[in-house]
Amino acid sequence: MIRLSIPARQALAKLTLPVLIVAAFALLLLGKADALLAERARMGLADVLAPIYAVLSEPLGRFRAMVADTDELLSIRADNVRLHDENERLRRWQSTALALDAENQRLRANLHWMPDPAPAFVTARVVADAGGVYARAVLLSLGPNHTVVKGQIALDERGLVGRVTEVGTRTARVLLLTDLNSRIPVILENSRSRAVLVGTNGARPRLIYWPEGSVPAEGERVVTSAEANAFPANLPVGTVHYNASHVPEVEPAARLDRLEVVRIFDYGLRGIVPPEAGARPAADRRR
Amino acid sequence: MPRSDRIPGIRPRPSLGRRLDIAARASFPAVSTAGLMMLTAAPFGFAGQAALLPATALAAVYFWSLFRPAAMAPVVVVVIGILLDLLGYLPLGVGVLTLLVVHGFAARWQRVLARQSFLVVWVAFLGFAAGAAALGWALTSLLQFRLLPVSAALFQFVVSAAIYPALAILFVRAQRSVAAPERA
Repeated sequence: MIRLSIPARQALAKLTLPVLIVAAFALLLLGKADALLAERARMGLADVLAPIYAVLSEPLGRFRAMVADTDELLSIRADNVRLHDENERLRRWQSTALALDAENQRLRANLHWMPDPAPAFVTARVVADAGGVYARAVLLSLGPNHTVVKGQIALDERGLVGRVTEVGTRTARVLLLTDLNSRIPVILENSRSRAVLVGTNGARPRLIYWPEGSVPAEGERVVTSAEANAFPANLPVGTVHYNASHVPEVEPAARLDRLEVVRIFDYGLRGIVPPEAGARPAADRRR
Repeated sequence: MPRSDRIPGIRPRPSLGRRLDIAARASFPAVSTAGLMMLTAAPFGFAGQAALLPATALAAVYFWSLFRPAAMAPVVVVVIGILLDLLGYLPLGVGVLTLLVVHGFAARWQRVLARQSFLVVWVAFLGFAAGAAALGWALTSLLQFRLLPVSAALFQFVVSAAIYPALAILFVRAQRSVAAPERA
């Protein structure tokens, strides 16, 4: 250690903070200039923490399930009545769906319809919230030899969740469709008109850019559009709902606030791929 | 500085165990802060959990800057800030800058604030939390070239203000026991 006189040491100590504040500004610029650097550091840290969170999520999940169970015990009778009704209704729908499916098969056979290829998917556990204060995202834990790449599409059992935006060696980050930066081309199912779904960081993303004359109807189903080759067509997104200030929003079909397991689908779409994804060879990912 | 170093005299070199003890006590604020931050990012799954991370980092930096400035040096604040940026998915540097500014002001007013009652320190912390939330919001908005929802920053301020007393109780206990350098 270098021996310094006491005044010199005091002067240095006074300088540390200003120098570090300047360095913080430099870090801000660096992070803006080289987004990949921050992303790699982030996913590196996530790779280290994900196994710990995965272990922690087991007892935490059990605790949460216990709380949910006690909640359910209180409303078990009302639930039972509701479920009986719903079951009745669903049984009628099932017969309708089966009839429609058979008709669809027949029509497709007559038309020599080319079926869409069945997409490959992997199922992954959500280990942590990865949004922070100003974003909506989740962190997935994957095996060390996973094949997930950026741009693949995440769905839960009910509908669209979002897209993979960052990939680490054993984790992936999925940007939810409610995030402020999320833009999803959608189709309003009844009118077949196109629109764009814009995240607001709130629970319900907003609909914009629908064509004049075909206003989204309350309760209308919204599905993805194959426009821009970023999503396959007809993935369920949610239903239209007008908020208090009469702005059409979409109630997501997926349960975004309680994601536990999601499926990551590879539709082979390379419509909108982040610029750095091409620079990163596939072999690099499989280390 | 341990008391034994301040009193002149000849004494044997401290043993390894004692030196480890001294090091552990000196590094307790930094290590406990990092540990707490990682804990707040664990999947508890309650709503608004994301605001806990910046609130915890802020409370820890503020508290230790006031009551154990030697263990919360600017370099330690930078490391905590980087951890905050990475864990909290903030643009790189936002957490670092915010925490450094908080640390700077806390260090400047340390002589006055450290002697006040808990309530006064808490009220002062409200000011720090408001400033930190505003600065974080402004910097993040600037870096993303868009106005982010103010409600998120407001919520972060409220969570910071609410969590400080709980954390301060833990910190005060630690300061008097496991982190007390004079007990080494």
